[in-house]
Amino acid sequence: MSRALVSHMVKAWGGARNAPVMAQVGLVVMIFYAALALLAPLIAPYPETALVGGMFEPWSATFPLGTDQLGRDFLSRLIYGARNTIGLALATTLLAFTTGGFLGLVAAERGGWVDQVLSRIVDVLMAMPQLIFALVLLTAFGSSILNLVLIIAALDATRVFRLARAVALNVVSLDFVEAARLQGHGALRIILFEVLPNVIPPLVAELGLRFCFVFLTISALSFLGIGIQPPTADWGSMVRETAALISYGDVTPLLPAGAIVLLAIAVNFVVDWFLLKASGLKE
Amino acid sequence: MTQTASPLLRIKGLHIEGESNGVWHEIVRGIDLTLNRGEVLGLIGESGAGKSTLGLAAMGYTKPGCRLTAGSIHFDGQDLARADTRSLRDLWGRRIAYVAQSAAAAFNPAHRLIEQVIEVPVVHRTSLSPAAREDAVTLFRDLQLPDPERIGRRFPHQVSGGQLQRAMTAMAMTCRPDLIIFDEPTTALDVSTQIEVMAAIRSVVREFGTAAIYITHDLAVVTQMADRLMVLRHGELVEEAPTAEMIATPRQSYTRSLWAVQALHKPERPSDGRTLLEVDHLGARYGSFRVLDDVSFSVPEGRTVALVGESGSGKSSLARVLTGLLAPCDGQIRYDGRPLPARFQDRDRSLLREIQMIYQLPDTALNPRHRIGDIIGQQVTLHLGLRGAARERRVRDLFEMIELSPHLANRLPSELSGGQKQRVCIARALAAEPRLIICDEVTSALDQLVAEGILKLLMRLQAEVGVSYLYITHDIATVDAVADTVVVMQQGRIVEQGTKGDVLSAPRDSYTCRLLSSVPRIEVGWLDAVLSGRSGSGPRAKADDGTVWSSAWLPPAP
Repeated sequence: MSRALVSHMVKAWGGARNAPVMAQVGLVVMIFYAALALLAPLIAPYPETALVGGMFEPWSATFPLGTDQLGRDFLSRLIYGARNTIGLALATTLLAFTTGGFLGLVAAERGGWVDQVLSRIVDVLMAMPQLIFALVLLTAFGSSILNLVLIIAALDATRVFRLARAVALNVVSLDFVEAARLQGHGALRIILFEVLPNVIPPLVAELGLRFCFVFLTISALSFLGIGIQPPTADWGSMVRETAALISYGDVTPLLPAGAIVLLAIAVNFVVDWFLLKASGLKE
Repeated sequence: MTQTASPLLRIKGLHIEGESNGVWHEIVRGIDLTLNRGEVLGLIGESGAGKSTLGLAAMGYTKPGCRLTAGSIHFDGQDLARADTRSLRDLWGRRIAYVAQSAAAAFNPAHRLIEQVIEVPVVHRTSLSPAAREDAVTLFRDLQLPDPERIGRRFPHQVSGGQLQRAMTAMAMTCRPDLIIFDEPTTALDVSTQIEVMAAIRSVVREFGTAAIYITHDLAVVTQMADRLMVLRHGELVEEAPTAEMIATPRQSYTRSLWAVQALHKPERPSDGRTLLEVDHLGARYGSFRVLDDVSFSVPEGRTVALVGESGSGKSSLARVLTGLLAPCDGQIRYDGRPLPARFQDRDRSLLREIQMIYQLPDTALNPRHRIGDIIGQQVTLHLGLRGAARERRVRDLFEMIELSPHLANRLPSELSGGQKQRVCIARALAAEPRLIICDEVTSALDQLVAEGILKLLMRLQAEVGVSYLYITHDIATVDAVADTVVVMQQGRIVEQGTKGDVLSAPRDSYTCRLLSSVPRIEVGWLDAVLSGRSGSGPRAKADDGTVWSSAWLPPAP
């Protein structure tokens, strides 16, 4: 078992080395972010929320990127922000994909009234602009981390549902699904075993994109003040908090924004590469 | 055949390579080809022989992922292998035209037929739109399309497959090219449509004295169309000769093996009285459209019933009713003496196990993400409850039964050939240890040689395990190879049924006669004989040609 695992990892490593340059860059960036997020307490020079200096201190040897409006070290908050922002976005995206993807496959496989009910619920949820809907729900239920994850996941799951259903409809009509039904296999097995492996590539492509959207939604909500609540560091609120510096020609507020952009691009490079490989398998 | 001093097309020492997974390998290996003006050359071979690549090369075109490495292609004095895109574009459509296998995929579904047919002369400025339209109507008439004045106003989905194929031939003809490449133009059609398209193509080719390269894997078809035949294999020329000579005396053993496929014949065995499946006055409908009407027949234990008919005759709908995917609206089915539940959801495990199905297209019948060992193993576990080593052993046995090497078990379906994939489908059905297998056109997507292997395998398995087959097909040669009894269907009704000998040698129904007489035979002049027989007059003529061809399908004397 462990030998199989090792050979699998060796193969994965070999695959990554043969990847196009862009995908390699994306992988390096993603690994870098993951390391930041996991090792934040070890890397960051100061604690996340400690007041360690004066307000808006300029870049210096003690504070490499200066301090924010309360005198907290900006670099440390940037590093902790990776952990909070990425962690939440990842949890939200995975939740959205498991629920939305699964329900989408169920709707496609079952058809009939199951499909009708699920699809109409999704239509209703999608009829409202996502950001405004999220704002309303967060105001109604209170802005806790759990609520944030659940609400954004539920809203994003609707998009995943539609994609999964559309892709799965094409697969469900193929003969091998009919053959499996005629053998007496149950719906759950057909969904997970016959249909799911064939809809993975488009879903993964969507995963990369969706992760970026969720990431941006969380940042946007934080920027508006109802996302991740202070004093927790996250990139969206950091942009808002230091936005005033822009007027003075200081680039510091652009750093968290840049961190968001860089990750979004890196994720998409890697997803593109995966898609290329997945489509090659079909040939 | 007007022979002039210089041939229209002369290909010399042509080599073409194709790339897969970064490796270049030769598809065409040093072919020489000469085509005179007005001559029709037939290219035969199994898939992968390089026929299509060679056909496209005759236009100076190679597919993306292919490259021309050596050789010359002289078309009317001009070397297409070295010509630039501009001069090639000037030739294409105007002097060299191409007719593809699938007209449905070649037409743009968003535009009317006439707009697409006259596009070539208008683009090449050889004719103005109104004149081109008039000419197109003439061509439609020549190709015997119904309502030639107005059929051009239709969209591609509004005409039948055979009509679309003829419309594409009209498109190729609009500029009166010197050369047309036909790439399997009738392969996707059923026999009665095929014969119309063949006749239409041949008459226009003769009328305008067009030279043609006719690519097909169907010998009988090419025999009717071509003056000269070239047999290709693995990108190399096997044999070349005038058609009549090649048919009479094939010199190479490979050529002879191609010929032999058509002669596959199974001696008919009468039923020993035990009936496995009995269908009684069955009817079924899709919405308000009736697809099956008063269908009654039975499948004896351990025998093969061939279900014959052209597309749309309800054969596949019948299979869907039997497997429980489509509920009948009247009549009943008895299986092993007991009524068969209409929906598969209501059938118990043992019933689902005993009735298996093999599909026409192994590509869609196998999950592309599962390894074939698992595909078969799942069945063994599901139906026989075997796991671990016992399952492995059973899978190995099944691989042996279908004559595949067990070390293919780790492959994905995409890593197998079409014939191998169909064998895996057979193994999947066998793994359930069924009593009845419904075979839906299982060889129609395969080459003749591969199809022959599959048919022999099916017959051997029947002899070994005594399984019954309901074999759905539109190909009469296949019927001769597998059937004990034959059921002929037309528009959802059974028009004739009986033992194979009776139905094939002395058909009573006029539809059966027509169907049988439409099956091309490897015989020069067959098409002319059938056509003149048909245009002769009325139903008598049909009955006549019924007796003309009948001897061919008689079982050989023991």
